[in-house]
Amino acid sequence: MDIHEYQAKEILTEYGVKIADGGLAYSPEDAVQRAREIGGSIWAVKAQIHSGARGKAGGIKLCRSHDDVAKAAEELLGKRLVTHQTGPAGKVCGRLYVEAGTDIAKELYFCLLVDRSSERIVMVGSAQGGMDIEELAQTRPEAITKIYIEPSVGLQDFQARAMAFALGLPVSMINTAVKTINGCYRALRDNDANMLEINPLVMTGKEDLLALDCKMGFDDNALFRRHRIAELRDKTQEDPREMAAADRGLSYVGLDGDIGCMINGAGLAMATMDMIKLAGGEPANFLDVGGGASPERTEKAFRLVLADKNVKAMLVNIFAGINRCDWIAEGVVHAVKKIDMKIPLIVRLSGTNVEEGRRIIAQSGLPIITAETLAEAAEKAVQARNEVVAREG
Amino acid sequence: MAILINENTRIIVQGFTGKIGTFHAQDMINYGSNVVGGITPGKGGQSHLGLPVFNTVKQAVDQVGAEASIVFVPPAFAADSIMEAADAGIKYCVAITDGIPTQDMMKVKNFLRRFPEDERMILTGPNCAGTISPGRSMLGIMPGHIYMQGNVGIVGRSGTLGYEAADQLKRLGIGVSTSVGIGGDPINGSSHRDILEHFERDPETKVVLMIGEIGGPQEVEAGIFAKEHMTKPLVSYIAGLTAPEGRRMGHAGAIISAAGESAAEKVAMLKDLGVTIAPTPSAMGETVAAVLAKLA
Repeated sequence: MDIHEYQAKEILTEYGVKIADGGLAYSPEDAVQRAREIGGSIWAVKAQIHSGARGKAGGIKLCRSHDDVAKAAEELLGKRLVTHQTGPAGKVCGRLYVEAGTDIAKELYFCLLVDRSSERIVMVGSAQGGMDIEELAQTRPEAITKIYIEPSVGLQDFQARAMAFALGLPVSMINTAVKTINGCYRALRDNDANMLEINPLVMTGKEDLLALDCKMGFDDNALFRRHRIAELRDKTQEDPREMAAADRGLSYVGLDGDIGCMINGAGLAMATMDMIKLAGGEPANFLDVGGGASPERTEKAFRLVLADKNVKAMLVNIFAGINRCDWIAEGVVHAVKKIDMKIPLIVRLSGTNVEEGRRIIAQSGLPIITAETLAEAAEKAVQARNEVVAREG
Repeated sequence: MAILINENTRIIVQGFTGKIGTFHAQDMINYGSNVVGGITPGKGGQSHLGLPVFNTVKQAVDQVGAEASIVFVPPAFAADSIMEAADAGIKYCVAITDGIPTQDMMKVKNFLRRFPEDERMILTGPNCAGTISPGRSMLGIMPGHIYMQGNVGIVGRSGTLGYEAADQLKRLGIGVSTSVGIGGDPINGSSHRDILEHFERDPETKVVLMIGEIGGPQEVEAGIFAKEHMTKPLVSYIAGLTAPEGRRMGHAGAIISAAGESAAEKVAMLKDLGVTIAPTPSAMGETVAAVLAKLA
C-alpha cells in the first residue's frame, strides 16, 4: 500500500526527521490560507498523487504570490497527472500540499528498502539527488552507495556515518545526518514499510538537512498490525476495479486487452495470459480467484471481469486442487445464467473431479466453449474474440 | 530416494486442530504420508484424527520422533511457529501460510542462519502448495492423484502452475521424483537454487524443471548454479510475458522492479546459461520429454 507525501512526512517528523513547513489543502482557498500560515514569499504547491516524477508531469508549481498559489491550486485540483509510474490512465489529484520554499544548497538521494537477494533492509544513497535514480544506477553506478542492515541488530551508527560521508556532507553536518538516517530507519522498521524514499534530501544554506519529498510503501501483509497506517489508504488513488476485487478477496489487475480471464493461482494466471498473447490475443485482466472458489465467488469474479466493457470474450482456466471442478462448473453455469452473459465463454477445467465438472457444463445447454488443454483454451478464446470483432465490423 | 521427504519421514502438523490443518492433515494421511501427530498450544495430551496433540514442537520431537513439519498457523503467528520448529530440531519445514509480513520472514531467515549449516532446518514456502514425493509422501495441499512417480524433479513458486506441469508430464507418461513449491513471497525459505542442489544429489532425479516467474533474481541465480555445478539438465519456463512493469501479479514477489526481472530478460539470460527453455506454458511437458529422450 502506498501513501501520500504529506502523510509520509507526518510520520517522518515523529521520528525526528526535519521537513519544510507545509500544510494540506483541498481547495484554492485552503491553499492560500496554508501559504499565509507558512509565511515567506515563495511556496511550492504539490499535487498529492501516488506516484513519483510528479515534477516532470507538471504536478509541482513554484509560486511567488498568494494569487499564484490560488491559481496553481485551481489548476492542479481535479487534474489527471500522467507519469511513467502511473501508467497511461494517470492519477487524479484531489489533495494539495503547500510547502515553504527551501533555500537548497545541495540535493541528495536517500532510500531504504527491503532487498530480496540479501533478505535484508538496504540503505541506498547518492550525492547526486533530485534526478532519476534508476537512470543514475545505469549510467554511473559508482555514484550510488548501498549499505546492508543486519536484521538482528538493526542500523548501527557507523553505518549511518558511512552513508553521511558517502552523501558528501560536510563534517559539521554528520551528527545531523546520523540522526536523520536513524529516524528514517526506525520509521520504516516500526511501521512495516518496505520502501522509504527521500528524493531529494536537501542540504540547506543553513546546514540543515530536510526531506523535501518522501514516498513510503507498506507491506500489505503487515497492515493487520498497523491500523494507523491502514487508515491512511486513499482509495481514489487506486484502480476502482482492483479495490472492488480486494474487498471480495479476489486478486485483480486491469490490463489493456480484450480477453477477460478468471484463473485460480497467480502463476497459472500469468501463464494463461502468456498463452493468450502467444495465440495472438491480449488479456484484459489478471484475476486470481484463489482456493475456495464458491458459486458466489465465481459470480462476483464474472461480474468483475465483465464490468470491463472492452472484454470481447472470456476465458476460465481452473486447475482444481482444493477446489473441485464440479463446484466450479456449477458456479460458472449459475453465473452465466444469472448475469445473462452475451459474449463467448471458453472454459477449461482440470484436476479434481474433472469428468463431473465437464458433464455439468455439457448438460447446462449453455453455449459454453470447452477446452482440454491450456493451449487449446487460449486458441479458442482468441478465435472467439476475433469472430466477435469481425461481426462488430 | 526422492528429495526432502519419503515414505518414512515422520511428519507433524503445526496448527493441527484448526479447520484448515485438520482438512489437509486428513488428506495427507489418506495419501499415505507418515503423519505422527500435531501441535496446538494448550491442547497437548488430546487426540485428534487418532493422533497425539502436543503443546510444543520439542515434545513432538522427543516423544514421537518428528522430523518434518507443515505449518498452517495464521499469518500473525506463523513466523513464531517456524522458528519454534527450527529450535526443536525439525529437519524440514513447509510453511503453507499465505500473508506472513516481510519483516517477520527476515527475522526467520536470520534466526535460521544462527544454526551451523549441517544442523539448520530446511524451510520451503511460505505461501506455497508444499512438497510431494509421488507414491511416497505428501507434505502439502496439492491434489496428490495428478502426480505420477518418476524421475523428473519440479521446483516452482506457483501451486496451480506446478499442477499444470505435473499433469502435462503424466499425459506423456512421465513421472516426478519430487515436486517442491518454494512459494510466491518476496522472501522465502529456500530459493530455486537451494532446491536444485538437492535434486543434483538425488540419484533418482534425471532432469529438473524449474517453473519461474517475473520479479527477483532467483531464477537467474539458479541458472548460474546449474551451469557451474549441475550435471543434470535443467528445463525452465518463466511466467509473466504479459505482465506490465511495476504491477503486482498476485504473488507479492511477482512484480517487475529492476532490470533483468522481466520474463523476456530472464529467458534470455537462462538461455545463455545453457538452460533449455519451454517456450510456452503448454510446452513444459514436451520440452522435458525431449530432454529426457536425449539422455536415454
